[in-house]
Amino acid sequence: MQALYAQLLVGLINGSFYALLSLGLAVIFGMLNIINFAHGALYMMGAFVAYFLLNLGGINYWWALIIAPVVVGIFGMILERTMLQWLAGLDHLYGLLLTFGIALIVQGVFQNYFGSSGLPYSIPDQLKGGVNLGFMFLPIYRGWVVVFSLVVCLATWFLIEKTQLGAYLRAATENPTLVRAFGINVPRMITLTYGLGVGLAALAGVLSAPINQVRPLMGADLIIVVFAVVVIGGMGSIMGSIITGFALGVIEGLTKYFYPEASNTVVFVLMVVVLLVKPTGLTGRAA
Amino acid sequence: MKNTISALLLGTAIALSVASIASADDKVVKIGVLSDQSGLYADLAGPGSTLAAQMAIEDSGLKAKGWTIDLISGDHQNKPDIGTTIARQWFDVDKVDTVVDVPNSGVALAVNNVVKEKNGVYINSGAATSDLTNAQCSPNTVHWTYDTYMLAHATGQALVKAGGDTWFFLTADYAFGAALERDTTAVVTANGGKVVGGVKHPLNTADFSSFLLQAQASKAKIIGLANAGGDTTNSIKQAAEFGIVKGGQKLAALLLFLTDVKAIGLETAQGLNFTETFYWDLNDNTRAFSKRFSARMKNSAPPTMVQAGVYAGLMHYFKALEALGGNPHDGAKVVAKMKTIPTDDPLFGKGEVEANGRVTHDAYLFEVKKPSESKGPWDFYTLVGTVPGNQAFTPLDKSTCALLKK
Repeated sequence: MQALYAQLLVGLINGSFYALLSLGLAVIFGMLNIINFAHGALYMMGAFVAYFLLNLGGINYWWALIIAPVVVGIFGMILERTMLQWLAGLDHLYGLLLTFGIALIVQGVFQNYFGSSGLPYSIPDQLKGGVNLGFMFLPIYRGWVVVFSLVVCLATWFLIEKTQLGAYLRAATENPTLVRAFGINVPRMITLTYGLGVGLAALAGVLSAPINQVRPLMGADLIIVVFAVVVIGGMGSIMGSIITGFALGVIEGLTKYFYPEASNTVVFVLMVVVLLVKPTGLTGRAA
Repeated sequence: MKNTISALLLGTAIALSVASIASADDKVVKIGVLSDQSGLYADLAGPGSTLAAQMAIEDSGLKAKGWTIDLISGDHQNKPDIGTTIARQWFDVDKVDTVVDVPNSGVALAVNNVVKEKNGVYINSGAATSDLTNAQCSPNTVHWTYDTYMLAHATGQALVKAGGDTWFFLTADYAFGAALERDTTAVVTANGGKVVGGVKHPLNTADFSSFLLQAQASKAKIIGLANAGGDTTNSIKQAAEFGIVKGGQKLAALLLFLTDVKAIGLETAQGLNFTETFYWDLNDNTRAFSKRFSARMKNSAPPTMVQAGVYAGLMHYFKALEALGGNPHDGAKVVAKMKTIPTDDPLFGKGEVEANGRVTHDAYLFEVKKPSESKGPWDFYTLVGTVPGNQAFTPLDKSTCALLKK
């Protein structure tokens, strides 16, 4: 029983990465209608920016949490301005192919310069060590990741669903022409939204840097699972992707305990089941 | 009409006989480096193995003696089907004589069959499974650098003797992990230890916390990591995070490469015990080679033992070719010749290619240095012991290789 609690908690930790990443994907898909396959590469860039900040500039983890999402977010906005915006109105497939290509290029460039085994990034001193919860030893850093990503997820949900700005944003996706007529700069808003989604990916990258190796393929390995999360949760649903992210982390954690050999396929099995039963995803609305 | 046909037949016969003369002992060699060029083993083998092969070709001096040696490389992406497809194409279309490197035991065993079928030469450096020279041995295969038997015996025995008598395994769920766990279990039990449990994880896992918690709960004194590359670095890093070593359990990195230590960082990796057959800073010869090697490597990295094995294996191969006076394009014949010449190279020292294809040389027990002891960017290891070549690998009377039962 004790072991079960521990696995649940570990699942929650992984779930927070899934939630942060799938949230970014959901925001981008919901608002821009782009299936952002470059998300994993941007997540990886976030981790690398944190690494550079620490090793070249001596700038610590806490600053990296702010700077890396901004830097990568700006990179994302440049991508949106120079490439993605021309795909508006075209079939989803074009956006998917373009972002997939971008991901391959970015990963290839990083792999060329930094190899594949990765670079070390240590846990900040303030978050080192752990607490014994009785049923498990919880590294403080992992606890921090869960709390922090939960806060960020909820803040993003609040921003989009409950604020004036979010209302404009949602309106702009429903009917851009009308919103423009009210004097709102829709293209700029879309660019900023893409920047926000990308920033969330970079933030997840910084959070994961001390846990996993900072390596060029860290995002490529994760992104497929995250896409499955988004599909299960329902494309474009903000709250859906947050909840599914955490829930799937837990389910995966339990699989690692009961039948570890299946731990990297369980998410996809679930995806197939959900698609068969409810093709719009658990919280998705029919298009 | 009849004349034309007989003229055609005659022409064909002449052409064929000329072709067969050309394909007999010439001085043309084509080598294919089949490796993981972009995945989790790319740093410990990959492009560095291709460079090592290139250097072996240059250092052999055969080109100056009129030989033509071509080198190509391929990416098996850690998938046996892709590996065998490339190997088949190399033999059938590109007329490759020799396949080298091939990390990832799953791919290595699959390619082993192709090379045997095509009667090529297979110099494996990157793969660990001891099956290559046991149950699945082949007259076309030479297994150079290391294997699971050697790792299990050197590291496993040392740890059990130091009091680590209960073990829990974290095992990569494919041929290599299974072989390493099997060989280590045999050593642990033979030395009076006990395996209390284990868990198989998928290849290329990012998060090990679930598995580490199970290892922690097992209360085993030693957590044996029967995995490699990125999987090992992640397990070690996350084990530190979960306070496993501080809690009194010890990690046994059964297979650890120089690039892995670099990736983990000395801060976390310090004190780990493991076994390798090559280290760049071992002696003057290895240092001289490593200096030349890293000058040509993209990130100035010194060679890993796998890359060193590619170099040494090919050097020995060239010796055999030279002794034969030409390339017979008959893999079994060349490998048989390789077995008659004692190995002696600057990187691995003296040894031999045994009848089952196993190359023997010394194995070294290392300990990872503390950050304060490290004097340079790749100064990572302290040598703590040497296992002589004739004891490090499977004794021939215990090898299950069919070649030995003639």
